[in-house]
Amino acid sequence: MTIVTTTDVSGLILAQSIATAAYIVAALLFILALAGLSKQDSARRGVAYGITGMTIALVATFILVLANGSLVPDDVTLYLGVGLLVVAVVIGAVIGLWRARVVEMTGMPELIALLHSFVGLAAVLVGWNGHLYAEAMAPELVGIHHAEVFIGVFIGAVTFTGSIVAFLKLSGRMSSKPLMLPGKNVLNVGALVLFLALTVWYVATPSIWLLVAVTALALALGWHLVASIGGGDMPVVVSMLNSYSGWAAAAAGFLLNNDLLIVTGALVGSSGAYLSYIMCKAMNRSFLSVIAGGFGIEAPRQGDEETGEIHETDAASVAEMLKDASSVIITPGYGMAVAQAQYPVADLTKKLRERGVEVRFGIHPVAGRLPGHMNVLLAEAKVPYDIVLELDEINDDFAQTDVVLVIGANDTVNPAAAEDPGSPIAGMPVLHVWEARNVVVFKRSMASGYAGVQNPLFFRDNTQMLFGDAKQRVDDILAAL
Amino acid sequence: MSRIGIVAEQPGESRVAASPTTVAKLRALGYDVAVERGAGARSSFPDDAFARAGAEIVDADAAWSADIVLKINAPTDAEVSKLAPGTTLISLLSPALRPELLTALAERGVTALAMDAVPRISRAQSMDVLSSMANIAGYRAVVEAANEFGRFFTGQVTAAGKVPPAKVLVAGAGVAGLAAIGAASSLGAIVRATDPRPEVADQVRSIGGTYLDVVVPDENKEVSSDGYAKATSAAYDAAAAKLYSDQAADVDIVITTALIPGRPAPRLITAADVASMKPGSVIVDMAAGQGGNVEGSVAGERVVTDNGVIILGYTDLAGRLPQQASQLYGTNQLNLISLLTPGKDGVLTIDDDDVVQRAVTVTRDGAVTWPPPPVQVSAAPAAPAAGAPAAAAPAKKTLSKAAKAALTAVGIAALFVVCAVSPAPLPQHFLVLTLSVVIGFYVIGKVAHSLHTPLMSITNAISGIIIVGAMSQIIVPDPLVQGLAAIAVLLASINIFGGFAVTRRMLAMFQKGDQK
Repeated sequence: MTIVTTTDVSGLILAQSIATAAYIVAALLFILALAGLSKQDSARRGVAYGITGMTIALVATFILVLANGSLVPDDVTLYLGVGLLVVAVVIGAVIGLWRARVVEMTGMPELIALLHSFVGLAAVLVGWNGHLYAEAMAPELVGIHHAEVFIGVFIGAVTFTGSIVAFLKLSGRMSSKPLMLPGKNVLNVGALVLFLALTVWYVATPSIWLLVAVTALALALGWHLVASIGGGDMPVVVSMLNSYSGWAAAAAGFLLNNDLLIVTGALVGSSGAYLSYIMCKAMNRSFLSVIAGGFGIEAPRQGDEETGEIHETDAASVAEMLKDASSVIITPGYGMAVAQAQYPVADLTKKLRERGVEVRFGIHPVAGRLPGHMNVLLAEAKVPYDIVLELDEINDDFAQTDVVLVIGANDTVNPAAAEDPGSPIAGMPVLHVWEARNVVVFKRSMASGYAGVQNPLFFRDNTQMLFGDAKQRVDDILAAL
Repeated sequence: MSRIGIVAEQPGESRVAASPTTVAKLRALGYDVAVERGAGARSSFPDDAFARAGAEIVDADAAWSADIVLKINAPTDAEVSKLAPGTTLISLLSPALRPELLTALAERGVTALAMDAVPRISRAQSMDVLSSMANIAGYRAVVEAANEFGRFFTGQVTAAGKVPPAKVLVAGAGVAGLAAIGAASSLGAIVRATDPRPEVADQVRSIGGTYLDVVVPDENKEVSSDGYAKATSAAYDAAAAKLYSDQAADVDIVITTALIPGRPAPRLITAADVASMKPGSVIVDMAAGQGGNVEGSVAGERVVTDNGVIILGYTDLAGRLPQQASQLYGTNQLNLISLLTPGKDGVLTIDDDDVVQRAVTVTRDGAVTWPPPPVQVSAAPAAPAAGAPAAAAPAKKTLSKAAKAALTAVGIAALFVVCAVSPAPLPQHFLVLTLSVVIGFYVIGKVAHSLHTPLMSITNAISGIIIVGAMSQIIVPDPLVQGLAAIAVLLASINIFGGFAVTRRMLAMFQKGDQK
């Protein structure tokens, strides 16, 4: 039995003011971290700010926990709590560092999706704890507290299952085809309405069964939301889940009366939402329709798909063509990641550059399954980032380019988007590869991209098709050089 | 299996409708090939080169009696009578200008394919002889001008003094004009170019020329819809005439390439302009055969004016590079035949539903089938196609704008009501929340695209801050709560440590080219 003394109380007050000050500093450091991450030059500094901020926040919280612990009437709780805390952090740190070390760069989307699910689950647990144990509070705040628990659990659970589904889809353990339940929009809206009703009910009569019900509802909704989004929309989904995990943290901040959680959660939430918005703009798609998994369903399939003759080529002829070229642009897509072709592509780039050929990369904002996925892969293979250019930077240069190599990209280089107003992807900004003198398309087969739209690029006269595994083919070209 | 005959051209034409390379490829398509003896002599393709490529060397009658006759120029009346009914003739035919020739061929029962009727769509570029010949002619025009011109093209500073570079004006930036601009600028001259189609300005610049814009008040210059230049308006002509007068007095060499399909060539340079030029200046009038862009040019002749300006009106510029011209012409023809031989079995079939095949077929089954139904170039519809969605988009936007404004208003009102009615700590939390949301948007606003993935993984790590919440719950006197909190701490720390570590790992991989 610990006797509460005035020393303990003043210690607690001191610990609380230290924590508050530390939280303000940490919040500022997080803002600087995000700001730093928007430019290559300052990116590493940004990470350092983030780590510093997190360390300050954790140390201050730990001090606060110890100070609070001295007020807990029994020592067992304190020792058990601190012991659990240390063990959990150590195990978490080991797992996290190990995963970060061994993850393949091609597997980055899966890892990030999985990490989002952890935040979601943690938010659910914090919310449940909010129900199971509440400190004494003013009567007018009780209802608000209940609502906060409910909202926190709901957002957390949606994030959790949504991220799990995204992870399963990205890692190929689940079909990346959109799930199409009848009346899926009604299901989504119905779930939201039901959530509102349950919230009101729970505020009136807080019962654990209602909390169980809302958790199940939110888990199902998260699953359904992401399951009905196709694999190609994953860049948007991943950044949207990123945003959700932020809102889950912010909701926990309301619940626990913690400004640091609110600030950080809101930062992550709004930046993730903005990133999703950038992605959607890059695909010329409405944000809502992507979230609701609407694409490819309303879009009428074109009956008169353009077909024609394709020109097949072989690695030796492509090598010949590259030898004679003075400028080459490579536009990679998800296929490059699947075939793990980034290393041979980087070798090819190096060889051509040594020969004096100007080689650049054109990256479409939604190439790959994660925003910036291609950039990370190319960086891994040591392609200098200043020759890796964005759509807007490079689109006007295709007309003066001798050879374009399209490696595993399809919809992002589809001329129908620019030329055929009736196409389902009409208006989506695309890389104008067809303006180049020669286009070589690396492709496994003549299957269409995830959007299910035929690509007239393949039938152009200046297009040649090089069929087969992208890595194998690039290796063949390297051998022929 | 059909037999292809390659016949010799009339004297005065140095080209031939095949090269040994194309002969070999025609044979690969399943055809027998017969070449008239001596047909390639003037293009430096000797008979035995054709024979080595698999052709049979025959006399003129045997070549003319083949199933398919390949030729450069339109046949003379005497040549038409050598063609047996049922023969397919592939050559230049000028179908728009020579209806009587088409009638004669139709009456004879000849299927005639006009190489100069290939539509200007991207799919047919590989068969477009007008472009490949114009390319050669444009190059040759510069070579002819350089041959007559008494000075360097490039500027030099020598021990014997400074030499200014030659100034070249190219009128018309079509295929020939662009080839001329490229050739002249690679010789080192200062090259300027004019063209009524503003969309060619970039092409001119891309090969080293300066585009001179004809400034016409209150008139939108027309974007060509069929890939060819059109006749221009009076106001435009007046402004252009002044531009040409000014330029003529300044430049040393003028190359004119202006042609309008089916009409005489426009007069660009007047006699007064020629008189204002410096002695020794050279004008190459590539349109001399169609009436000439330059007053005083004579088709096929070299003329020297009173003030010492040389005007070349050669009409056989492409033929002056016979080997090159024959090879490109032969390849264009080969591409057409390859399109017409889908089975690669030596059987020529014409598919009327294919726009290219329909367009080139000018006589068939005894009837004249010229002109074909109109086609649009694939390059041009960019304007109308872009116009249609642009018209549709604003309607959609205004709708969503109104909706957006309404949503914003509702959202702000809701926030106001919530803050106004909620007790003590809540309004303060909302303040923090809204400010953070705004900061989040602005901080992320200018993120470089290549950093999207690292940004996402760092925000992921930062959202592990939920650990703070879990930590505060870990010391409450309830083992269940403590257990759940411990799990939450574990999950959040995986996030924090994993997220930061993977971000660092990714950033370490990004490197600039010059740091290597």
